[in-house]
Amino acid sequence: MKKYCVFLSRCLALSFVGDWKYYFWMFFLSVIALMGLNAYTQQFVNSLITTGMTDQVSWGFYIANFTFLVGMAAAAVMLVIPVYIYKNHDLHDLVIFGELFAVAAIIMALLFVTVDLGRPDRFHHLFLRFNFPESMLAWDVIALNGYLLLNLHICGYLIYCAYCKRKPTRLFYIPFVFIAIAWAISIHTVTAFLYSGLGGRPFWNSAVLAPRFLASAFAAGPAFLILTLMVISKATDYRVTHKALMTLRNIVTVALTINMFLLGSEVFTEFYTDSAHVASAKYLFLGLHGNNALVPWIWSAIALNTTAIIILYSRMSRKLPALSVACILLIIGVWIEKGMGLIIPAFIPTPLGEIVEYTPTLNEILVTLGIWAFGLLIYTICVRITVPVLSGQLTVDTQLRDRHTTTTPLRGSSAPHTITTQEETAR
Amino acid sequence: MTLRIWESQAGEAVSNSSSRSCNCQSRPGFTRRSFLRTAPGAVGGMAAMVAALSPLKDLPEGSLPSVEEFMQKHYKEMSPEEMDAALARMSREVEDRYGVVPSIKDYKPLEGVQFVYALNLSRCIGCRKCVHACVEENNQSRSPEIQYIRVLEMPRGTTDIEEGNHHYDRPTVPGDTHYYLPIQCHQCANPPCTKVCPVEATWKDDDGIVVIDYDWCIGCRYCEAACPYWARRFNFGEPSLPKDKINPDMGYLSNRPRPRGVVEKCHFCLHRTRQGKMPACLEICPVGARKFGNALDPESEVSQILKTKRIFVLKEEVGTLPRFFYYFDERYPRDDGNSPESHAEPVEASE
Repeated sequence: MKKYCVFLSRCLALSFVGDWKYYFWMFFLSVIALMGLNAYTQQFVNSLITTGMTDQVSWGFYIANFTFLVGMAAAAVMLVIPVYIYKNHDLHDLVIFGELFAVAAIIMALLFVTVDLGRPDRFHHLFLRFNFPESMLAWDVIALNGYLLLNLHICGYLIYCAYCKRKPTRLFYIPFVFIAIAWAISIHTVTAFLYSGLGGRPFWNSAVLAPRFLASAFAAGPAFLILTLMVISKATDYRVTHKALMTLRNIVTVALTINMFLLGSEVFTEFYTDSAHVASAKYLFLGLHGNNALVPWIWSAIALNTTAIIILYSRMSRKLPALSVACILLIIGVWIEKGMGLIIPAFIPTPLGEIVEYTPTLNEILVTLGIWAFGLLIYTICVRITVPVLSGQLTVDTQLRDRHTTTTPLRGSSAPHTITTQEETAR
Repeated sequence: MTLRIWESQAGEAVSNSSSRSCNCQSRPGFTRRSFLRTAPGAVGGMAAMVAALSPLKDLPEGSLPSVEEFMQKHYKEMSPEEMDAALARMSREVEDRYGVVPSIKDYKPLEGVQFVYALNLSRCIGCRKCVHACVEENNQSRSPEIQYIRVLEMPRGTTDIEEGNHHYDRPTVPGDTHYYLPIQCHQCANPPCTKVCPVEATWKDDDGIVVIDYDWCIGCRYCEAACPYWARRFNFGEPSLPKDKINPDMGYLSNRPRPRGVVEKCHFCLHRTRQGKMPACLEICPVGARKFGNALDPESEVSQILKTKRIFVLKEEVGTLPRFFYYFDERYPRDDGNSPESHAEPVEASE
């Protein structure tokens, strides 16, 4: 126990150490996070009237980001499945980075729901009278928190074992890995059901919504991981193999293709049927009665995703710069498609046919940026700790003498326990 | 500058913790020098935090829940004594805020009663008097303005509510080529809104009225998204209501003043109707278009309407089973031989 506390305190201390780029990045994120906190305090004092939401568009930017982030969190599973089911060893060491991102993404998602609450002071009512299994939101509370705990356990256990230089006991993490695989798919399915189960919102009331959510998540999530792994490769002495990145690229390409196909199916069904239900889709893609605030959003999302797909299918995406461009384009594309393109239009027109448009206020945007910064801050710290632990620079019997110490970079090792044993012999 | 301070602070922290954990270094944990180097960073961080939280000082008085309110149980879990205490607290709060001594009661559903509403579209002239009577009766916030009833001006020849005009503004009503469709909470028998509430803050009572415990709602607005009739309203801002406009006859589940950040909606004026009175929107209606009563009582006017009129409900296809019916004046032709409309002769049906 004492050893564990020492481990935690060393991790905490380590999160304050780095080169000037690290400090700049962390300072930048802290400033944005504090601005977000400030904006949230404004909202707390003045109530949700500080947002652009109305009775007509009663969910906005917060819930849009929540939906996107649940998908990002679920996407960690796309690293886990190849490793633990298909025994793909290229990705093995990277699983932890995916799961750490899942942790950060779930924390952000939970924060987005919390800032969206009108009465955050009554949060404890969830524990006192929980409408399970009737309410899909109750399901989502369980799914998200369960997934957070699972991932905290898996990452924490593996990292701590690497730190203690002992082989992880399979019983303590393999069962959880398999539970987490199913759970990851469930978090995004439940979140999709939260919307698709509402008969009063025809735009959401579609069976293809859950598959679409998963496809877009499995495109955007691994794309984000490709970007982080590139940064980790550049900024630390931890080396990510090209092959691993190419495996991720294939996952992204397939998922994005499926996503575009599902979006096309949705668009066809809406517009070919041309029933009364098409109003929201018309508003989104073409504008309705002269109101067209969302039209530029959705078409830029489609343009971004299409460009990304073209890059991904072409040869140039084997080169990292082109791959990173494709990843950035598709992350933005999916973010728009799932946020402004999926949450907002379901409210326009209202069930009574009224058209009230929605634009987030500055305060709302600041809170959103703040949560993103806070989440990235957590993720950066997690990665900052994980890299030296996995590469054996920080273990139970070492100490960081110099923060710029470079030891032999980690290459081609296939499992956390082999990392530690390798490093042991190296030392 | 700041960066350098942070860096050195962090560097110290690491050497401190590792020296303590490994006993590899004999250097003491804290020196005066390390303190001087870390202190500005820590102070700067704290100052930034305090600055970020500074808007909290403008928090209006009474916007945080009192201990009593915080500890209050869910409506269905309160004992009679606890309910009395809660009602006393609410009454005190209304008095403090509005200078009026209210009578707040917990009106329970009556035995053998199923309330239904029927609205005669042949009569409604779209004067919106019901909208404003409702606001006054139910202590709705005047700014931001909250209304439970929305009247649509419908062009003749369609029942598609997307064709309706929400914001018609003409000097006199009715318009020559329109009819009017008032919409409020339909108190569905199969309510999608209560199903989705994560904390059971809203439910269907035994007389069919869908109610909300304003002290339990966490303000997630899932119910608002679930309602196919756009019947629910959320207090995005602090509700404001002039002191002289307060209606002192209040019910726990109905028209007591709502706090910010919770959902509210039409409750068929349950503080009136559960005492045998009619809803405020019905009483004000100048043309008698609104009918309300107990569907289980065969003698009630609404029972007669359900039996004899051509009735319909909005969005029947979503399966919510509303208990708010619309009808036109004409009776069914073969209803009873005495009614003036039953002029149609039976015609032999072809195969």
